[in-house]
Amino acid sequence: MSAIENVSRRWFLKGMASAGALVLGAYCAPEMLWGHEFGDLRTDDGRTDADKATLHPNVFVGVETDGTVWIVAHRSEMGTVIRTSLPMVLADELDADWKRVKIDQAIGDPRYGDQNTDGSHSIRSFFDVVRLSGATARLMLIQAAAQQWGVPVSECQTDLHVVVHSSSGRRLGYGELATAASKLPVPKKDEVQLKPKSAWRYIGKGMTSYDLTDLVTGKAVYGMDVHLEGMLYASIEHPPVLGGKIKTVDNAEALKVAGVSQTVVIDPFKPPPAFQPLGGVAVLADSTWAVFQGRKKLKIDWDSGPNETYDSDLYKKELQQGARTPAKVIRSQGDVDKAFASTAQTFEADYYVPLLAHAPMEPMVALAEFKDGKVHAWVPTQNPQAVQAIVSSELGIRKEDVICHVTLLGGGFGRKSKPDYVAEAAVLSHKVGRPVKVVWTREDDIQFDYYNAVAAMYMKAALDSKGKPVAWLQRSVFPPITSIFDVNAVYGDPPHLAQGWTDMPYDIPNLRIENGPAKAHVRIGWLRSVANIYHGFAIQTFSDELAHRAKRDPADYLLDLIGHPRTLNFNGVDYPNYGAAYDTYPWETGRLRRVTEMVVEKSGWGKRKLGKGAGLGIAAHRSFLTYVATVVEVEVNDDGDIRIPRVDTVVDAGLVVNPEVTIAQFEGAAVFGTSVARSGEITAKNGVIEQSNFDSYPVARIDEAPFQTNVYLIESDAPPAGVGEPGVPPFIPALCNAIYVATGKRVRELPLARTNFGKQS
Amino acid sequence: MAKMIQFKVNGVAHSFDDDPDTPLLWYLRDTLGLTGTKFGCGVGLCGACTIHKNGDAIRACITPMSSLGGAEIRTIEDIGANGLHPVQKMWMQFNVPQCGYCQSGQIMQAIALLKSKPKPTDQDIDDGMAANICRCGTYQRIRAAIKAAAKELA
Repeated sequence: MSAIENVSRRWFLKGMASAGALVLGAYCAPEMLWGHEFGDLRTDDGRTDADKATLHPNVFVGVETDGTVWIVAHRSEMGTVIRTSLPMVLADELDADWKRVKIDQAIGDPRYGDQNTDGSHSIRSFFDVVRLSGATARLMLIQAAAQQWGVPVSECQTDLHVVVHSSSGRRLGYGELATAASKLPVPKKDEVQLKPKSAWRYIGKGMTSYDLTDLVTGKAVYGMDVHLEGMLYASIEHPPVLGGKIKTVDNAEALKVAGVSQTVVIDPFKPPPAFQPLGGVAVLADSTWAVFQGRKKLKIDWDSGPNETYDSDLYKKELQQGARTPAKVIRSQGDVDKAFASTAQTFEADYYVPLLAHAPMEPMVALAEFKDGKVHAWVPTQNPQAVQAIVSSELGIRKEDVICHVTLLGGGFGRKSKPDYVAEAAVLSHKVGRPVKVVWTREDDIQFDYYNAVAAMYMKAALDSKGKPVAWLQRSVFPPITSIFDVNAVYGDPPHLAQGWTDMPYDIPNLRIENGPAKAHVRIGWLRSVANIYHGFAIQTFSDELAHRAKRDPADYLLDLIGHPRTLNFNGVDYPNYGAAYDTYPWETGRLRRVTEMVVEKSGWGKRKLGKGAGLGIAAHRSFLTYVATVVEVEVNDDGDIRIPRVDTVVDAGLVVNPEVTIAQFEGAAVFGTSVARSGEITAKNGVIEQSNFDSYPVARIDEAPFQTNVYLIESDAPPAGVGEPGVPPFIPALCNAIYVATGKRVRELPLARTNFGKQS
Repeated sequence: MAKMIQFKVNGVAHSFDDDPDTPLLWYLRDTLGLTGTKFGCGVGLCGACTIHKNGDAIRACITPMSSLGGAEIRTIEDIGANGLHPVQKMWMQFNVPQCGYCQSGQIMQAIALLKSKPKPTDQDIDDGMAANICRCGTYQRIRAAIKAAAKELA
């Protein structure tokens, strides 16, 4: 948002505003779904009852005459508590009483700026914006009070929802001032003063989820829970192979299933797939169960196309061969080849991480209604503006005519930033003339994901007499995410190479970083931590291997590799730095050192007595501008079963606005990392994904997850950085490094389920 | 016409004479609008649809309507309808939920666990809760909340 303007009067003129309300920010009417009871969400003008109530909180903040403060959450809630944390920052600058704040979820609208809730950047991208929004409202309330009292603004201040004139002791509540304040011009940005840190009420102290009561009583409304009168349910048989087309379809048996009304063919996508529907045959019925039953009765003959030859075993060999073949140079310093030729001792290793599925607990689901040239969609999406874009292009309507209501998300992890499933619902509603709710099964979710890329990494180091690297070569090969937008894309793009690869932080005189080509045969996409998962695994495991070869303590050795505190220089290197300005968020090795030193201390590294078959492992990684070091304790019994009794993680994420929920993100990251490491593997045979549900794609359960994860946040005044994703990348190699100590077996391929750690092996 | 099945949901009498193979999950969600019980896997692997049948925690997604004759079904909507249950209170105190989608099922499972094991050990919690997946990874807080709720209920 570049400008804040007072839209109260404009809205009044349009006859849409509730009189006397102070409304600030961007222009647009967010729809309100939260807390809506089961029933008809549709109203004549497309807005809900709650939205029609006292005020239309069409912007970041609004103050009602009764003192209610509306704050708009324009980011999606999938468990990071961002729907609470950003409004909490605004409330702090407004000096609002949190008990009188109501949060309104925004629809998709570019006037909010970026709404794609991924990349762990909601706080860092919007911290300043929402602070300014809150502080501007606060100043206007102060100005209104000063005017009323005939005193200078400088003599007035706020005290939790009240403006106070200190010398006379006069007080006026925000609600009493809202009407007068709404008539004032909006102060310019440089007139607005932000609170000093010492005056923060909420920022840095935190707030529990606004939705907490609803979340424990079953009242929270997810995409799976929305309902419109007259809607049809739909379940879609997708082409089993990416890019497949229907040869013949026989729907006779499907139509005999009670409740099934029709089947609809959805056209295959035109490559590249992007967020288009995959195509296939939809079964429509009056209940979810009926569509699932009907779908089983479809008889479809597919033309699977060129991806039919995709076989994960063969592909793995190709990738590993690619990782051993000279490739595109991403970053280079010194002369690696010369150093390798002239150094007696070299060491090399190959690493491999398979395709990974997101598997959020709520499968893909979308409710859409095409009516009078417009689409209303109620969906669990991380990216409502991408919903507008894809629905608009699929139906040939304007983006503004796609109204995307954002529900709570039953997990996202990056999957729900790709709205193919919403496009399906919109296309179907357009075809059948009724609201359609598309429900994916778990099998659909796992077999038709945008997978985290399968990756092979080759690492080689030349070592001096003390085992310290004097030359370092690292080469990765993986099908890039850009392949979903460009059929010819085979190389990693700079933003994803920058995820823990281009920015390998060690101070080594001869360094070369390469990336080789790989063609995608499935849809590749962002998954929590993305490329940092495989890059971090390779670098942090290789570092540990070198430490053990040098007979050094791995933590000491890691600190030596990180080297002295310095700011990395990426001159001449394409290093996007997670889209952040490098001056504001430089890569500081001193911060990685600090978290590493602290995790050594907090974990009792080198001091703890561990039993037989137990071990500690360490790893450190910067991602999403946050520095994290993790120590994992593992126990491996004689049968090769793995337990994780304890994890210690130290986090430097700059300023943390909501510490408790941040800690929870790192606890969750350890569990997510456990799932990746233990059993995360998607494979294809003849182009068809072999896994389908939680039996063939297991994720960590309570008895497999770390028993105790201790998270320590570094107190920092550095600008806020990411917290949702950075916990995963160091956890995985720390676990594998611990397994090496416990068993003497080195993990170079994930998942662990592929390796037998038992005595027999 | 299928045989009429009589049962109660959250204390209210209902009858059903449609396809007897219909899973209880879809009856609760699509017919009664009780959407607190979630769809996660459809085959009894994740526990998101956990409800109580005659006090026992079961998976609604693999419970056919034909098995409900005379049953008392209880869903998350009825837990805490007259004031929060101690398990729900502790879920809030320990800030258990992240996305929250699995938590109805976790809470239903935890209540059943505490009925059979009023003072659960860590092993009891592992055994009792391992069938309920939380992809956000809130297990550590679930464990703490169950222990605290056990004290509250004692």
